[in-house]
Amino acid sequence: MSAVVKPFSVRRLPGFGAIAILTFVLLYLPIVILVFYSFNAGQSQSNFEGFSLRWYAAAFANEQVQEVSVRSLWLAAAAAGIATVLATLAALGTTRVARFPGQTMIYALINQPLMVPEVVTGIALLIFVAFLKVQTGYTGMGYLVASHTAFCIPFAYLPIRARLETLDPTLESAAADLYASPVQAFRFITLPLLVPGILAGFMLSFVISLDTVVITEFVKSAGQDTLPTYMLGQLRRVVTPEMNAIATLFLALSLVIVTAFFLLTRKRG
Amino acid sequence: MKTMMTAAAALLAGTGMAAAQGELNIYNWGNYTSPEMIEKFTEETGIEVTITDFDSNDTALARIRQGGHGFDIVVPTHSYVQQWIEEGLLQPLDTEIVTDLGNIEPRWMEVDFDPGRQYTVPWQWGTTGVIVNTSLYDGDINTADIFLNPPEELAGKINVIPEMSDVMAMAVYAVGGDSPCTDDMEIWRQVRDELMEAKPSWLAMDYGTIDSYAAGDIGAGVYWNGASMRARMQNEDLAYGYPTTGYPVWMDNAAVLADAENTENAMTFINFILQPENAAMLSNFARYGNGITGSEEFMDAEMSEAPEIVIPEELAAAGKFSPACPQEIQDVRTQIWTELLQ
Amino acid sequence: MGKHGWKWLLSAPALFVLVLAASGPLTIVLVYSFLSPGTLGGVSWEFSTEAWFRVFFSRDIFDPEVVTWNTAHLTIFWRSIWLSLQTTFICAVLGFPTAWFVATRSPHNRAFWLFLITIPFWTNLLIRTFAIQELIRNSGTINSLLMWMGAIEEPIQMLYTDFAVLVGMAYVFLPLMVLPLYAAMDKLDFRLVEAGYDLYASRWRVLRHVILPLVKPGFIAGSILVFIPAIGAYVTPRILGGGRTMMMGNLIGLQFGQGQNWPLGAAMSMLLLIIVVGALMMYLRVVNQGGGERRG
Repeated sequence: MSAVVKPFSVRRLPGFGAIAILTFVLLYLPIVILVFYSFNAGQSQSNFEGFSLRWYAAAFANEQVQEVSVRSLWLAAAAAGIATVLATLAALGTTRVARFPGQTMIYALINQPLMVPEVVTGIALLIFVAFLKVQTGYTGMGYLVASHTAFCIPFAYLPIRARLETLDPTLESAAADLYASPVQAFRFITLPLLVPGILAGFMLSFVISLDTVVITEFVKSAGQDTLPTYMLGQLRRVVTPEMNAIATLFLALSLVIVTAFFLLTRKRG
Repeated sequence: MKTMMTAAAALLAGTGMAAAQGELNIYNWGNYTSPEMIEKFTEETGIEVTITDFDSNDTALARIRQGGHGFDIVVPTHSYVQQWIEEGLLQPLDTEIVTDLGNIEPRWMEVDFDPGRQYTVPWQWGTTGVIVNTSLYDGDINTADIFLNPPEELAGKINVIPEMSDVMAMAVYAVGGDSPCTDDMEIWRQVRDELMEAKPSWLAMDYGTIDSYAAGDIGAGVYWNGASMRARMQNEDLAYGYPTTGYPVWMDNAAVLADAENTENAMTFINFILQPENAAMLSNFARYGNGITGSEEFMDAEMSEAPEIVIPEELAAAGKFSPACPQEIQDVRTQIWTELLQ
Repeated sequence: MGKHGWKWLLSAPALFVLVLAASGPLTIVLVYSFLSPGTLGGVSWEFSTEAWFRVFFSRDIFDPEVVTWNTAHLTIFWRSIWLSLQTTFICAVLGFPTAWFVATRSPHNRAFWLFLITIPFWTNLLIRTFAIQELIRNSGTINSLLMWMGAIEEPIQMLYTDFAVLVGMAYVFLPLMVLPLYAAMDKLDFRLVEAGYDLYASRWRVLRHVILPLVKPGFIAGSILVFIPAIGAYVTPRILGGGRTMMMGNLIGLQFGQGQNWPLGAAMSMLLLIIVVGALMMYLRVVNQGGGERRG
């Protein structure tokens, strides 16, 4: 869809490339150090005593770490997935429509998890969820999925909405003129154009869910630790390079997924 | 001998009922439960153990109060134990199963927060004192002046752990108060003034700083004994001091929850950690004392001799348990703390 | 635009989840702010406005008759707002060129660059914060490097300062700025930019009068996404600020934790909510004005 123009004349802005590269360097600098110390033979984060894989061995031997890592990942995938679907629907329902009564109310509702610090949401959920647990007897992962989903919705909603607002509404009218049903128009016109926004929304939510500590801490039942709550429990004690090793493994996993995704989309294009 | 019998009993029981001896859910501080000890427990009893972490007494209390949690065992700090008992959150120990309360060292048996140990047994105990890099400062370190009136060499290099009750208690003792919950407002005024005056010479109020102490980024501070020991093992210049005016002693205690789903297994576990060998496994992992008679012989040599773990006799009397404070005193402490951190 | 009066129903599922797992529980917090503190946390069910009073005012600890503004609280509120604004600004300055850079790559390379931004965030917030700590501590990478190059003799104290908190928050929240900006730029009609060059000639003027207005929704979404979590930040100020100075998130956390005064914490949370709603109202006004202008 992007217009055919001479890219170097219009798209380049002086200094932007340099700042972007600088930003990427800054983004990766701490990560490089993190990875570096995961191979430390000593147990310090500040003193490199030689190359070793001992912390990887430790991480692989530590069943609890594996368990909480896997739980974090699937919880993030589930919550981000559901949140993105719900947020896409919500964005379609609230963007590019005539003002209607209660619109502000809906905006406020959608963005509410953003406005409240995690600790407050955590306490509120603690009281509410514990009540449900006692009443229903159900103590499964559903509460965590629901809490994370609610927390992720605004993060998915805002980029999708931003994307939707820049879409040209005449495209759908044109589709309608050509006798496309609203569903068809959505499927073949709006949705493909929305993909970058949806992708951005999903990735944001995923990352947010991975980071959510306080809410998980208060909502979790027995045996529902995630990686962040596991680590929070260690904050008062010693942080060893084992944590760096786990983080590096997470990075490696993300690289695999990114590469796979990259190759797949490239083929399609 | 006792362990062998337990093992034999477990073996006999195990043959009849296969592996399905049930479950046990422990709610404990993070990185505080020796995995080897849990493995041993499962081997002996066939009970599968799940450990879930909490990061503060307040979180744990709030979670359990609300119900619907699914935990069997919790490990609160002494100052919270009475509250747990009063609110009916714990159940009395079943002496039919918990037969070895006699293994608890006498001084940890008759404790104010649970006289006669009807509800709780010791998990780990330790002290909060000061840590000093002696290459920077070689004066007396058994004093709260290290962080309240720092010597010139240490000023600007001090870290204070962000534990309100520990810091308040040390400051109260330092200005001559006898209880960290004192209602003598004159004491609190002095505490506030001392802390406010000292703050500019503090570098940070942070937890995870073993590396920073070892690397020399931080020259001195308020710290826990076990963590200090770990720091010293990385840097021999570090020493742990016990302020003679008074320093807090704390003990985390294991207890069975009133609404536990696996009460019997929980009681079995409580008795299990009363065995010297098992208690020693806890200490070797977490690096604190355990209060069980005879556990020393199973402990790593570096533990049984460490000056951070073995309190020098002449300084032992200055160690005091901090009680939980009534709300109006708690408010005063929070207010001072907030002023301190504004 | 058609009269799709039913369209808002599409948001119903999202609203259902939100009411269930966010707004519903939040009303509990509102109720709690009007109760009395219970023992060791929790509440006792007696109506009281004391918590709200104490958010703003303090009775002198040693003489309850003397009531003054609670300068400790007010200082912390102000610092939170100021640091969050600065964080948003830094994220915008770094994020805009970065998003532009990504949006102007060839279409099949964009996903790659986009992912490159999110990859660091696959590691947990605590770990990333520790990594930054390692970078800026006295014996850390930057100081060691500078001393090795002979640029400085004594290490620069960066850790445990407001600077450290700013760096940490900007680092943590940067993708929240870049992603919505990118989403808006990606759809940018470059013919308009080209037309802009024909009319104005200078790059600066094109940037100001053509590009910025077109990507404004993304900018505003990004700023909101950064500002709000920043003002409630908890972990970053705690670790990088060394805990010597609090932000609102820490102050609230303190009341629910060691302070054991839940009603006060609840009232402070509500105040934070009010500040944020104020910011959002401004957001909505700007967006609605901008919308009319663009379609005109």
